[in-house]
Parts: sequence; structure tokens; C-alpha cells
Amino acid sequence: MPLRSPHSPPGPNLTGGRTLLRLATAGSVDDGKSTLVGRLLFDTNSVLADTLDHVEQVSKRRGLDRADLALLTDGLRAEREQGITIDVAYRYFATPARKFILADCPGHVQYTRNTVTGSSTADVIVLLVDARKGVVEQTRRHLAVASLLRVPHVVLVVNKIDLMNYSEDAFIAIATDFALLARSLGVLETHCIPVSATEGDNVVTRSHRTPWYDGPTVLGYLENVDDTRLAVGADFRFPVQHVVRPQSAARAPWAARAPEVNGDYRGYAGKIESGRVRPGDEVVVLPRGSHAVVEAIDTPDGPLDLAVAGQSVVIRLGTDVDISRGDIIAATDAPPAPIRDLSATVSWLAERELTVGARVLIQHGTSITKAKVSSIDGVLDLDFESGTVPCWRPVTSLALNDIGRIRLALASPLPIDSYREHRATGAFIIVDDTDGWTLGAGLAGSTPLTAKSADTQYQPAQQGKTS
Amino acid sequence: MNTDQLRPLTELQALESESIHIIREVAATFSSPIMLFSGGKDSVVMVHLAAKAFWPAPIPFQLLHVDTGHNFPEVLQFRDQAVDFYGASIKIAAVQDYIDDGRLRERPDGTRNPLQTLPLLDAITAGRHDAVFGGGRRDEERARAKERVFSMRDEFGQWEPRNQRPELWSLYNGRHLPGEHVRIFPLSNWTELDVWDYIAAEKINLPPIYYAHEREVTLRDGMWIAITEVTPARAGDVVEVHSVRYRTVGDMSCTAAILSAASTVHDVITEVGLSQLTERGATRADDRLSEAAMEDRKREGYF
Repeated sequence: MPLRSPHSPPGPNLTGGRTLLRLATAGSVDDGKSTLVGRLLFDTNSVLADTLDHVEQVSKRRGLDRADLALLTDGLRAEREQGITIDVAYRYFATPARKFILADCPGHVQYTRNTVTGSSTADVIVLLVDARKGVVEQTRRHLAVASLLRVPHVVLVVNKIDLMNYSEDAFIAIATDFALLARSLGVLETHCIPVSATEGDNVVTRSHRTPWYDGPTVLGYLENVDDTRLAVGADFRFPVQHVVRPQSAARAPWAARAPEVNGDYRGYAGKIESGRVRPGDEVVVLPRGSHAVVEAIDTPDGPLDLAVAGQSVVIRLGTDVDISRGDIIAATDAPPAPIRDLSATVSWLAERELTVGARVLIQHGTSITKAKVSSIDGVLDLDFESGTVPCWRPVTSLALNDIGRIRLALASPLPIDSYREHRATGAFIIVDDTDGWTLGAGLAGSTPLTAKSADTQYQPAQQGKTS
Repeated sequence: MNTDQLRPLTELQALESESIHIIREVAATFSSPIMLFSGGKDSVVMVHLAAKAFWPAPIPFQLLHVDTGHNFPEVLQFRDQAVDFYGASIKIAAVQDYIDDGRLRERPDGTRNPLQTLPLLDAITAGRHDAVFGGGRRDEERARAKERVFSMRDEFGQWEPRNQRPELWSLYNGRHLPGEHVRIFPLSNWTELDVWDYIAAEKINLPPIYYAHEREVTLRDGMWIAITEVTPARAGDVVEVHSVRYRTVGDMSCTAAILSAASTVHDVITEVGLSQLTERGATRADDRLSEAAMEDRKREGYF
């Protein structure tokens, strides 16, 4: 059977078309986050008739006079029953310019765990405050997490501006407070937008009730924010997923579209985590440190003369090097030195506490390493005032939702980057050796929050600016 | 350097690469993965991605189809052709066998979708499969919006939505206890439109019933039901011939058609882009059983 489409006109193709932007939302209870997300979905026509019917019925049943857009984001039954959001939910909407993947992070229950999860992949974090309350403790905490996780862009949605009579003064006061906070946490790219999610002001359509605001709407901001240049610009990192050595010569009919390979084919499959690579580039294979030259970048769609962060490819090297899953092929310029003593910031995600001496597994790139906690050097005190930075308090264990500084002794050398420069290959997860649970999220190297003190010893940070 | 070359990946490139990364991670870290394949569009895209993920080697695991016995014949024929096309092999778990020997009984409403769970779990246990790929997408239904890419199942195949592992960066953790298995959803971040755009871009073939064709149908409860052996005309049904197509191709007993003239993939993309109904809402009677229908079936071990 010729498995061909009955149609071959032009249309979408892999290399043309819109790009993808990953967002995370954060806010405290009653900031109207669900309404904002519902509004983004609704106003971009991402809500279809049957879903909207359902929302209208439920709204009516609850005695509301119009559809409660927050209901669009209700997920699990327990959430509908309790009127709360339990877990990170993923939403999708698109405009002709971009597709958006939104990690909707609940504000109260396990906020750190959820915000860390959502922020780990986010290009932009959408932070909400209530215009009547301004920057609150949760805002500071969420922004600290965004800063730790190096989310490239932060946008502050000053919601419920209608309840402040669209007051410019109220908005400016909050924006000024936020700018101070952002600077103290080392967050450079921020923007503030006055919004009423309920009324739809400045979410998708520009509001005539805020004539004093001349910036973009929330959607306008998201459509235009600079995207993955950061990852593409960083050094080349390629964790090897598996070695490709086709044993049989038999080719499935579909592969007629792909290049032919010969019997001694040997390539390394993986996804480029950062940077870019071209045939002819000299690379180093970590942790061993052998050097080689990239001979070809193969895909079933044909060889590439350039591949960039985010692409799954097969790399062939010019020289025979001993490579297996878990190795990292990296640019020769400043590759990470394999270390056995790992110093990191850890977001603790589990009910069980972390104590010194604990034996855990470290999953980094495509490798798993045994490790032992050699010290716990402090926990981040997120109850801090604007204009100051969070301090590290001495502790002996880490509990759920804590962010701490720890040192790990590794069973074998790990070529791990500093998270500050390499979000993908500077990150790791801590896994329970017995039941496999994901216990913590780790950021290797110094933290951006309190770099000066954290690099040396964990003194409470001084008031003022960070590096 | 030409800055144009440094433009970020397109949506489809990014989604394809993400899915391939996921599929490769599973093959490298689990001892016996298996991929669910029904011949439906999402599972065809998933198998296509698997073929690309391992090229130039063949797909290193088997496919599995849970056949309700009420599948569209066009889809079953396509299924077998596609298995050959991608150089794969397939196991079939038949709901009919379970009904014949009494392990399962027909439901009064005639739908066999909920009956798939037991044969599926049995096949997973018998094959000692520790990873099961499914074509589920998070945009399909609201319980799915919270599901992880690597989704743990206990020894009874159950999903516990309130106790899921956090999933960070692209570090997927598939560790599990003996007897447990992990459901893998490589298409988690795809929408229905992404799937169609990809089908067009990659010229992926589908069962013909995804495209407009003439068929005898009747309108029941707002849904166009085809008149077939499984769903014969009832007294009072007004049977009409219309140009219809299917947006999903599940069990004949609970999958409805939509009126459509979309006979090519590009017509379908236009139609999907303009559609006012979600794909499950438009055509899946089984999701209408209760407000939390999908969540309940997922907890019990459904796809």
C-alpha cells in the first residue's frame, strides 16, 4: 500500500510558521489568576462552544449573572468541589504569531513546589497582584523563585485595577515597589501592566479606561517578548540519549523518504539543550574529556548544516570515541569540569525531610549518579522586605517547599554546569533511591539571589543590591 | 553570522523534537515499553515520531491495540497497513474475547469504551510492560490538563491525580516499584490543530474516515451516529445520507460523525481552526457520562 496522503498542496511545514513560548503564572489566592487565564483563553478564541456552554451552566447553577471565566481552568473534581486549584495545569492558546504553553501554577497549596515546576521550563513568568493590595509576601516569594530559576522575563499583572477606579497613581505605586523588589532580586527584565481580567481591560484588547498606560496588553507583551535567543546563544551542550547502531539492513517503507546509511553507521542521538552546532565543530565528550570533530548532523529529513537548542538530532563524530548514554558532547570552549563535590541550591518537593547523610540519586541530563548529602548549609528565608534580599538561615534539614543550600558528594564525576549560565545542563533532580519519588529540584553552583555571600559562606545577606 | 539562522524553532519543530526526546528517553531507561496504537490520528502521529526518533534503526518496541470489537473496519485495515509501513509489529488485546468467555459483560448502553481497561491492564501485566505510550494530549479534556508526561500507575493501573510527581525541566523520572508501570504521553503539549498541521507537514496518511465521505447517519442527542451493524437504526430514527467525517475514531458505539465537506488535510485544518466544539465534546458520547467522566476512567487505568 502506498501510504501517501491523498493531498499534497502547500501548507504548514516544519520550518515555516509560528514559534512556541512557554509561560508560567503565579499569584496568591484571589488575585484573579484563574480569571486572567480564562480571559486569555476566551479572548484568543481558544475556548470552544461546548466548554463555554458548560461554564455558563455551572455559573448559572451557582447563581452568577454571567459566565465565570475562572471555571474554564477547573481541572479535577476535588478542585471543583473545593473551589481551589491543586496542581499545575497546562493550557494552550495561540495567535497567528505564537503558540503558548501556559503552566498554570496554583497560588496557595504547595506554592513553591508548583511555582518551581512551572518556572523550570518557562520563558516568561506572569505574576499577578491585586491592585488593592499591591506587592505582598507571595509576590516576593514568587519573584524570588523566578529569579532563582532564571526565568528570562517577568511580567507583573496589576489586576483588579477597575476596583481602584483605574487609578494611575495606584498603578505607579505598585510598579515602583515591584521594580525595587525586582532589582534587589537581580531580575532585570520586568514589565507591569494594569489589568482587569473580569472586565477584559488590557488582557487581549487595549482598554480605553487606562489612557495613561501606553504599553502592551498582556497578550501583546507575550506575542512580542524576545524568545529563545538565550538558550540558542549559550554554549553547545548535547546529553547523549543513546548510541544509534542499526543492526539490520532492512528498511521500513516509510524510511524511503530518509537518507540511506551504510552498515557501519554509528551516531549519537540526543536533544541539543543549549547553543548550536555545525559539522566541522570541535567538541569535547564529557566526563572523559576526549576531543572529536562533528562529522555530520543527521535527521531522517536529511543532514543539517546547523542545529540549535531544542532540536533532536543524531550527531556523528569524525573520530572513534568511546561514548555511551549519560555522556555530554559539549563545546570545547569552557566545558564544565567533572566534579564529585556538588554545591547547589535545592527546592525541596517532598513530604519527607532531607537530612545530612541521606543517600539519594542525582538525575542530570541523561545520567543518574548516586550521591550523599554532605552538608545542609542554610534555608532561604523568603520573609523579606522589598529592598532587601532573602537571607540564608542555618538549618539541619530541609522540609517540603524549602529552598536550601546543600553540598552533595557524588559517586562518580559529573560534568555539571552552573545553573546561572546553563538552565538545562545546570539543573538536576534528586530522586529517592528506594521508591523513585522526585524529591527535589537542584540548581548547580551559586545562586543568583545572594551570590556574594553564597559563594563563600552562608551568612545572612546584607541589605542592598546583588550582583 | 547570519542572525536569521538563530531564529528559535518553529512550533512544530519544537513539539516534534520534544516528543522524540521523550520517546528516546523511555526506550533508553525502561526494560519493556509498548506503544498503544489504534490507527487513530494521534496514535499514527506518535508512531511516526517513534520511527523518526530511532531512525536509521527500527522502532525498538512493539505496538499494542485494544480492539473493542466495534472498531470501524476502515480503521482496522489502515492499522495493519500502517504497522507494515512503519516496520513495526503489533499485539492485539480483544475485548470480544473477554465478552465471549464472560470476563466482561456488555453494558446496557452498548458502549464498549469503558470495557477496554481490563484487557489493557492484562496485556500490560502479561507482557511485563513497565512503560506504556499513549497518544493523550493535555488539551483534550480538563483532567488531562494536569497529567504528567511520565504518569505513574500503581499495581492496579490506577492514576492518583492528587499525588503526582513534580516534573521539571526536561528531566523525566521513570523510576517505579515492581508491579507499577508508567504511562508516557509524548504528545502532551500538542493541540488538535498541531496534530493536523503536523499531519499536513509530514504528509502522514490517515484512515479515510477522517475525511469527508457520504454515510447513512441519524441525529441522536445532538450527535450524528452512523448506521452500522453495531449501531443499527432504532425505531423513530430519521436516517439521512450526509457528507460527514470523524474527528476521533474510537469505538463505533460511542463515536459520532460531524457534518463536513473537508476532504483534504488542508480543508480539515481550516475546519478545525474554525470549529466551535472541542473534539471530544463533539463526538465522544463516553465523555458525557458525567462531569468527571474522563477523570474517573483515568483513575481506573484507562488510557
